[in-house]
Parts: sequence; C-alpha cells; structure tokens
Amino acid sequence: MNNRIQRAKYADRIMTCVFYAIAAFFFALLLAFSGKVIIGGLLGASPEMFAFERQGSIGNQLFNTIYLVFVSLVVSVPLGVFAGIYLAMYAKEGLFTRFLRICIETLSSLPSIVVGLFGYLVFLIFMGMDRSVLAGALSVSILTLPLITTTTEDAIKGLPPGYFQASMGMGSTRWQAIFHVLLPACIPRIMTGVILAAGRGFGEAAVLLYTSGSGSTLRWGNWDLSSPTCPFNLFRPAETLSIQIWNLQTNAQDTALANLASAVLLLLVLIFNISANAWSHHINKKNSGEKA
Amino acid sequence: MKKKIVAMTLSAVMAIGLLAGCSQTAETSAPATTSGSESENTAAEDTTAASDSLSGTITAAGSSALKPLADDAAEAFYELHPDVVITIDAGGSGEGLTQVSDGTVDIGNSDVEASEKLDEAQAAELVDHQVCVITMAAIVNPDVAEAGVTDLSKEELIGIFTGEITNWSEVGGPDEDIVLVTRPTSSGTRATFQKYALDGNEEASNASMETDDSGVLLQNVRDTKGAIGYVALSYLVDDPGVATVAIDGVEPTLENTYNGTYPVWTFEHMYTKGEPNEVVGAFLDYIMSDEYGTRMEELGYGVSSKMTTTEH
Amino acid sequence: MNTTTQKGMFHKEYAWRGIAIVCGLFVIVLTLGIGAFLVYKGSDTFLKFGHTLWEFLGSTQWQPVDSAQGGGSVGTLIFIVGSLVTCGLALLIATPFALGSAIFMTEISDKFGEKFYRPVVQIFAGIPSVVYGWVGLTVLVPFIRNIFNRQVGHSILAAGIVLAVMIFPTITTVSADAILAVPDSCRKAAYGLGSTRWQTIRRIVLPASAPGIISGVILGLARAFGEALAVAMVIGQTTALPTSIFSTTKTMTTEIASQMGNSMEGGELKSALWTMSLLLFLVSLLFITLIHFCTSRGKKKLEGGNA
Repeated sequence: MNNRIQRAKYADRIMTCVFYAIAAFFFALLLAFSGKVIIGGLLGASPEMFAFERQGSIGNQLFNTIYLVFVSLVVSVPLGVFAGIYLAMYAKEGLFTRFLRICIETLSSLPSIVVGLFGYLVFLIFMGMDRSVLAGALSVSILTLPLITTTTEDAIKGLPPGYFQASMGMGSTRWQAIFHVLLPACIPRIMTGVILAAGRGFGEAAVLLYTSGSGSTLRWGNWDLSSPTCPFNLFRPAETLSIQIWNLQTNAQDTALANLASAVLLLLVLIFNISANAWSHHINKKNSGEKA
Repeated sequence: MKKKIVAMTLSAVMAIGLLAGCSQTAETSAPATTSGSESENTAAEDTTAASDSLSGTITAAGSSALKPLADDAAEAFYELHPDVVITIDAGGSGEGLTQVSDGTVDIGNSDVEASEKLDEAQAAELVDHQVCVITMAAIVNPDVAEAGVTDLSKEELIGIFTGEITNWSEVGGPDEDIVLVTRPTSSGTRATFQKYALDGNEEASNASMETDDSGVLLQNVRDTKGAIGYVALSYLVDDPGVATVAIDGVEPTLENTYNGTYPVWTFEHMYTKGEPNEVVGAFLDYIMSDEYGTRMEELGYGVSSKMTTTEH
Repeated sequence: MNTTTQKGMFHKEYAWRGIAIVCGLFVIVLTLGIGAFLVYKGSDTFLKFGHTLWEFLGSTQWQPVDSAQGGGSVGTLIFIVGSLVTCGLALLIATPFALGSAIFMTEISDKFGEKFYRPVVQIFAGIPSVVYGWVGLTVLVPFIRNIFNRQVGHSILAAGIVLAVMIFPTITTVSADAILAVPDSCRKAAYGLGSTRWQTIRRIVLPASAPGIISGVILGLARAFGEALAVAMVIGQTTALPTSIFSTTKTMTTEIASQMGNSMEGGELKSALWTMSLLLFLVSLLFITLIHFCTSRGKKKLEGGNA
C-alpha cells in the first residue's frame, strides 16, 4: 500500500520534470528560432529598407499584408462562425452531416497551390476580376474557413450542456441562447481559431501568387478608390510580405531584404497574437464579471 | 445591442464587397484605356520617343528566370513614366503562357516557345517578343573546381547527368560521389540545358535532387560537396560561392554566347495576346532598347540584337 | 410579455437560423465544389490519356509527357510513399512534444503558460513556409550532414523535423483548448480521491479531452499533408523510393508545387498532377474518416465504462 503511494508520488515528480523539460526545450527552440530570424533580419537591414517605396523596401508590403489579412478575416470569420453554429446547433446528426464535417476538415489539408489555382479559376476567370487584394483575400478565406468552422463547432460542443439548457429553460429561443450565452462563452476558443487562420493568411504565398499578384506601387495620399495606386483600393494587385520573401529568396536576389521581411512578418504575427489574446482575456473577464 | 451593430456592419461590408465585385471589371479596366492622368510627369529627360503622358497598368506573369530582369526594367521604366503601374509575377512559364492566353495578364513571360505549352490555336494568337538571351552554365561546388575540374567535354557532361559517371575521379577530379542537383522536368531551364548541353539525353531523375528554383539550387550546390548543377548566368553576377565549368574548353560567358561558340543559351520570350497596346508596347520597346541593353548585361542577361547566330 | 415582442423574437430566430444555415451550406458547397473541381480536372488522366487506376496507384514509373499527345507513364507510388513516410515521421516527432507542452501550459504552470507560452507557440503558426524551409536548408540540413557524416543532408529526416516544427503549434493550441474544456470538477474529484497530479492527468484529463486532442492531431496532419514549399527545400526531391530516413525522395505536394506552374495546360503531365491533387484530397479524407471512426468508438467505450 505504502509502496504504491510512494511509487505514484515518484511517477508524479518524474512526469512533472518531463513536462518542464519539454516546455523548456521548446521555449528555448522557439526563442532561438525567432531570435535568429528577427535579430538576423534587423541586423542586416539598412534604413532605406523601411521606406514605403516601390522596390527595395518593405513598407508597402507590410501594409498590403495587414490589409489583405483583414479583408480575408472580414469575410471568413462571420461565414465560418455561422457555419460552425449551423453544424453544432442546427444540422441534423446523421451520416451525411458527419461526412460533410470530414470533408471540411479535409479541405484544410489541400496544398495551397491547388487552392490558389481554384481561386484563379473562380475569381479571375469566372468572375473576371484582375489580380487583386479582394481575389487574394477571398482565396485565403477558402483556406481558413474550414479552420474557423471547425474550431467554432468544437467550441460550442465543448461547452457544458447546462449553458444551453438553462437558457432554453428561461424561455429563450434557440438563437437567443446561441447569441447571448453560447457564443460569448466560447469566444476565447474561437479566437484561437481566428489567430491560427490569420497566421495562415500572414504566411501564405502559394495561394496569393495566382490571385493577388506582386504589385507594390502605392501612392500614399491618393484617395481615389478606383486608382490602381490607391492603398485602399480592393481591386489593385498587392504584394504581401510572404510573397516578397518568396520572390526574393527563390531568385537569390536581395537576401538582406528578404531576411528583414521575415523578421518584420514575425514581429507582426507576434503583435497580432498578443493583442488578440489580450482582447479575448478582456472579454472573458467581462463575461465572468457579469455573471458574478 | 452592440453585437447587433457589429454584425450589421460586417454584413454591410460584405454586401459592399459583393456589389463592388460585380462592377469591378469596368472599374479596373478604365485606367488602363483612358489616359486621365494628372499631368505630374517628371520624366522630361525621357530619351526614347515614347510620349510623356503614358499612364495605365501592365501585368506580367510567368518565368521566374526572367522576373529579376523584368522587375529591374519595370523599376527603370517607372522612373520615366510614373503613371504606369507595372506588376510582375512569377509562377512558371506554363502559367505565364496560360494566363496571357486567358487574358488575365498583359504579358506572359516564358523560357520556351508558346507552341510547346499551349495548343496551336492558342499559340497562334500570341505575339512573341524575344527580349533577351539567357545563357546557362554548369556549376560545381568549389571543392570540385579546386581539385582541377574546370572543363568538361560534352561526353563527360552527358555521362554525369545521365548517371553513368558517378564519381569525380572518373573525370579527373577528387575521389568523391557526384551529387546531381537539377530542376523539375517541366522547367524551361532544364529543357534548355538538356537540349543544348546534353544533346537531348534525358537526365537521371532517380539519382538527382530536383530544386524548384534557381536560388535554392545555388544554395544546394554551394553547400554540398561534390555537387554539380546548372543556372542562368544572371544568378552568377555577384559572387555566388560556386565555380562554373567550361564545356569543351569554352567558358560560359556572354561574349562566347554572342559569337556563337558557347552553345547553351536560349531566347527569353515576352508574349502578348495580339499586338500590344500603347503602354505595353512602350514597355517592351524600352526593354529591348540599346539604352537598357547595357543595364541588361550588368544583370547577366544577353542582348538579343548582339547575337551573331540565331540558330544553334 | 406581450405578443408583439414574442413575435419579433421568433422572426429573429428564423432570420438568424436562416443565415446560419446559408453559411453552413455555403461552406459545404465550397468543399464539394473544390472536390468536384479536382475530379473534373483529374479525370483526364484516365479518360483522355487512358491510364488505369492500377498504374496510377501501384507503379513507380513516373514519366508523364508534357504535351497533349500523352503516351508517358504516370505511376505515383513514389510520391504516395514519400508523403506517408514524411507526415508519419512528423506526427511521431511532434505529437508527444505538443501534448507535453499542452499539458504543461494548462495543468502544470497555467499562469506562465497562458501569458507567455501560448503566445510564443502561436507565433509559429504564422511563420511563412518559405522561412521554415530556408532555416531548414541553411541550419538543419548542414547539421544533419555533419552529425551523421553524410555527403548530402537533404533527407526524409530533415523534412520530418521541419514539418514537426510547423505542425507543433496547431496540435499544441488545439489540445490545450481541449484540456481546458475539461470541467474542473473532474480534477477536484480525482484529487479528492487522493490522486497525484500525474494520475489525474493520465486517467482523467487526457481521456476526457481525447476527442479534442485528436482533432488537433488531425489538423496538424492535414497541414503536414498539404505543405509543399518548406518540404521541397529540404527533402532533396529525387524520383526514387526511399530506403532509409536519410534517403532523398519526393512527396505528392512537392511534385505538384514544382511542376504545376510550368506544365502545359491540358497536357498529360498537368492532368496527372491534378489527379494527384485529387488523390491527396481522397487520402486525407480517408485518414480523417478513420480517425473520426476511432474516436467515436473510443468515446462510446468511455461513456459505456462510466455508466
């Protein structure tokens, strides 16, 4: 008896050490990786690389990246969240729904180049768009939709059934229960999906190659939305940081610029993640505050 | 209540996006055809005959070997005509030709002739502009060159790339396995090298490492002892950390390409669907002008008009 | 409560339900649309060029002709084996570490985990494949070459490690969310019965969060399966079956990505590449179905055991 307790305690201590070791190892690995990319990139940079010029700088690409991912999230988050709600709350359980769920997960495993060519066919050939921010953003949405849908569905299903039952018991409609009780409760988990989705958007190159193009000619202060040099025109070509990196590195051109672009992209993802996390914590706190 | 507003804003944004999507074709093609430019042209010192009021958009896609040149030319052209917006994408010669044939880009960049990647009817609609000459060089890891392999006969080169010669000692080098670094079978660079350096002999796919692009190929040859590969001269202008190999005693240089002694070269093509419009035409004229030719040679590309032979 | 607000309430219910259904259907139509697109593009290999399914799946002869005449051979066995081996290796490496990290940031040190560990992990989901590939090529490949004393460092091992680092964030974050969703009462009950922390984790938390962890693994696997650029740089693409983890070989995605842009529209090579994309879709479908099947059985067993 004593022996068994002793052994369980040893096992506990050993496993705790193992977990600390794993965490420390990856923390170190990740820090080394990002340190190499960020410090290496910034050290090799020269000041003019931060300018908003047509070539040889990263300013316009940085703006394009943020703008494109934002547009893509505006499309994919509502669609994905509603689709997740449909799958979790309204779809009838059966073989067909299960099959579809599997299909959706499979969709996210398609190589980006296939999604890129699909986007090229649908948006450029069928719908007659040019290579543009919108075509690129919509194509990235195809890639991220399954991710957001799946995380939303998992999040809703992962809530204790009491949430839904209590709300229905108070006489709410299904929708009121979803909107006022279930969704607020799973915002942090949905946020995880959104962050992963945005991350894919930030890093995507193959899809955008065929849909958003490599345009980097912007004229700041041009507010004519139909002009190809207006920064906010949805229908102008846009080179994102990841395409820039891809273009530069595959041709062994300006390596220092490519390294700087990688560093800035990493910092961008870092800032985005931290603020998204802070926001979902804030919401979480507010929600639990209201409940108390 | 707040959430409802958020939801409504989002759906409004989506609706606007959709509406805008429908009317978009008209919107973007407008600036390409009309020349409603604010007369803020600073390109007074434009030496070519092109008019100063050029404005519009040019899109190009295709060959990644041609992209560095096209980018550089676009930058120089932009200095002269700041109202012309030029976008150049890579994506491969096949895609470039398909897209110019689809009409989604103005210029399709290609390493090979259109008839090789399109069917006859499609290829007949395209107009070829041979903008420059690309010379391919066989490159080896420095350790191979230091040990004395700086010149290979065509037979030796064929033996190496078809996998019959597997050790450098067989061609007078160190006792080291040969590592083949090549390009995918559909690559234009590979097709050119195979046709003119290997006399059409098929490379040994099952014994070579293929790389998707010349940048990575260069990195692999630089890092791997005993490696041999091939790239265009344009990748070798800055010190690349690899050594070039002469074929039958002829060094791979632009001079030797111009006078016809070095055989491994090809024209690079910019295809337009039908005759180019004013803006695209001006850009193509600029690339092929003598003025830009000197810059082109600095970048390691050959000027088409300097070729003394046009046939291999 | 008067009847008009009640009526409005139900109108809203129908309207929102409508929107949810439309969005759900849209995602479904999109999925089926892409599936149909792949079938349409990929069927040429069999219908137009007359290859048999058996040749496509079972042969290692890969010499499609880049023209509309056809007449080459389209055996993709090398790529199928290559994909399975690299993704399997990546999962084998990533899953234990990812699970360990997920447990660390939720059960062991939740404050540090939430504040620092999770953001750091999530950053790595946003790094472009090209950067992973480049770091793999300039750091990992020479490392493998020197450690194992080989002439070429490009290998399945290098690809597996790069992929493992790439899918690690996905598996970790999704698993951590699943573990967080296990009600605290379960843990308290286990501690109340005198369990140690490890016993609680192993016997209570992990089984309860298994379905969520599995979907994290699926998402990771899916990402690994579709990844092309990074793998292409470090696997040393050679059209030959691998003989060890130090072999160079090709995967389905690397071949698609490297040839798609250059091949001729409507030619045999392009059709074969589309068929391969379709195959990729079907293989992922098969995997994911299998995993779903296993989890639902495991879940039933768990529930049955509790009852």
